[in-house]
Amino acid sequence: MSRFQRLLASSIGAKVGMAVTGILLSFFVIGHLMGNLLVYQGRQAVNDYAAFLKGLGPWLWVVRAGLLSVFVLHIVLAIQLKRRNRAARTVGYAKDHVNVATVASRYMVLTGMCVLAFVLLHLAHFTLGWIDPATHAVTEKVIQGGVEIERHDVYQMVVAGFRQPVYVVIYVVAMVLLGTHLFHGLQSLFQTLGVRHPGYTPTIVRVCRLVAVALSAGYISIPVGVLLGLTGAEGAS
Amino acid sequence: MQDMRLKLHIWRQAGPEAQGALRTYEVTANEHMSFLEMLDVLNQDLIEKGEEPVAFEHDCREGICGTCNMVIDGRPHGPQKGTTACQLHMRAFKDGDEIHVEPWRATAFPIIKDLVVDRAPFDRIIASGGFVSVNTGAAQDANEIPVPKADADDAFSYAACIGCGACVAACKNASAMLFTAAKFAHLEKLPQGRVESERRALAMVEQHDAEGFGACTNQYECEAVCPKEISVTSIAMLNKAYRSAVLKTRETV
Ligand code: HEM
Ligand code: FES
Repeated sequence: MSRFQRLLASSIGAKVGMAVTGILLSFFVIGHLMGNLLVYQGRQAVNDYAAFLKGLGPWLWVVRAGLLSVFVLHIVLAIQLKRRNRAARTVGYAKDHVNVATVASRYMVLTGMCVLAFVLLHLAHFTLGWIDPATHAVTEKVIQGGVEIERHDVYQMVVAGFRQPVYVVIYVVAMVLLGTHLFHGLQSLFQTLGVRHPGYTPTIVRVCRLVAVALSAGYISIPVGVLLGLTGAEGAS
Repeated sequence: MQDMRLKLHIWRQAGPEAQGALRTYEVTANEHMSFLEMLDVLNQDLIEKGEEPVAFEHDCREGICGTCNMVIDGRPHGPQKGTTACQLHMRAFKDGDEIHVEPWRATAFPIIKDLVVDRAPFDRIIASGGFVSVNTGAAQDANEIPVPKADADDAFSYAACIGCGACVAACKNASAMLFTAAKFAHLEKLPQGRVESERRALAMVEQHDAEGFGACTNQYECEAVCPKEISVTSIAMLNKAYRSAVLKTRETV
């Protein structure tokens, strides 16, 4: 057994794995929000950014593969921990009482599974265009280096997508659940990694929870903003 | 002194393999009794009626032995913070209350009878690493190894753990991390203990896991119910020590 396997097989090590993969996923969540907020700058900003990502070519696939393995590891470890925890108490209490555990901390598996379901739906919606092919299949013509090229009009896709209230509702609910997951998860990972001190832990907890709420609010603002017509000036189309 | 009439729902289970159930009893107590004395009154009634008294563990009745274990209305050791069941007074309840009394619930703590569970897994966790190896012979001078006051205080606060298992009972995952970490941190804070830190972290955590306790999800229910109010800072210490022990140990893995 390698050290790495020994670590991940233990209760503490599996949590360390959750924490490290959780950090990486959270960086993605932050980065993805930064990109998405370009919608407030309008069509060109969004479509340039999308074209830039596509232009990364093989590197895009390296990032995607990394992200996928981190995501899978996070889920595999969650299952491993959940199975251990469930086996550790098979008979519950007739009268139960919660002292200090937050709601967010008690529904990590549920909120996590909802996030997973949302990620699959989101990929099928905006990346693969399976769910709403009509809004996905939009292009725009731009002049690049003196030649006219046709490229994916991501801005148009997002705006047309979120003019339909059903998608707004789905995305808002999903982002509330992601925020809930992170409300516990972000501050929890410091404890898991052994960072705790009576002096600065209360600040860490507060900042982490604020970040979780801010991320959630940032994502929610996009579908809601589109529906209310608050996005970039060229969004009138 | 006002009498209190109480309705108790107590878990009765004749033996480890027997089917258990909550049984309802009525008892008259008063506010000066401890919770255990109230159960003594009930048991006296039961004995006089020729019924089997409720089995519960107790020894010191002064909050230091850690045996008087029971979950009272969903809270290990009952509603009062930093208090064992034996030190809990009936003034925490009022006339007419209905009270649920259940044993610790954890796969690793099988029920022996009624409210009594087998906490031998804790002994095995201690035996795996919760000790210091010192040579016998003449005791050395007490002040030969300097210990900073703050470290001594921390070590003492962790050493206050009485091994009752309330942390396991309160945790939704039946994790024994607070117990294991308190025992670890107590020795980790002292120079005599730090020498064997790596080996201790590995052995105690892996014994904890082998006993079938759950993993910590950082909800801190354990700290909230601990009769000795042991801090979850100990768990952060153990998390870090175990992680670096696995990655650094020169033992063959
Ligand atoms: C964008 C996606 C996700 C992000 C950013 C994320 C982030 C995090 C973070 C930061 C933690 C804290 C680790 C710790 O306590 O040390 C965590 C824990 C956890 N996550 Fe996720 N997660 C995501 C998706 C998922 C999914 C899809 C599941 C699927 C079931 C899941 C299930 C869990 C569980 C069960 C825990 C552990 C809770 C605990 O033991 O306290 N997560 N996550
Ligand atoms: S009987 Fe000893 S702690 Fe309660």
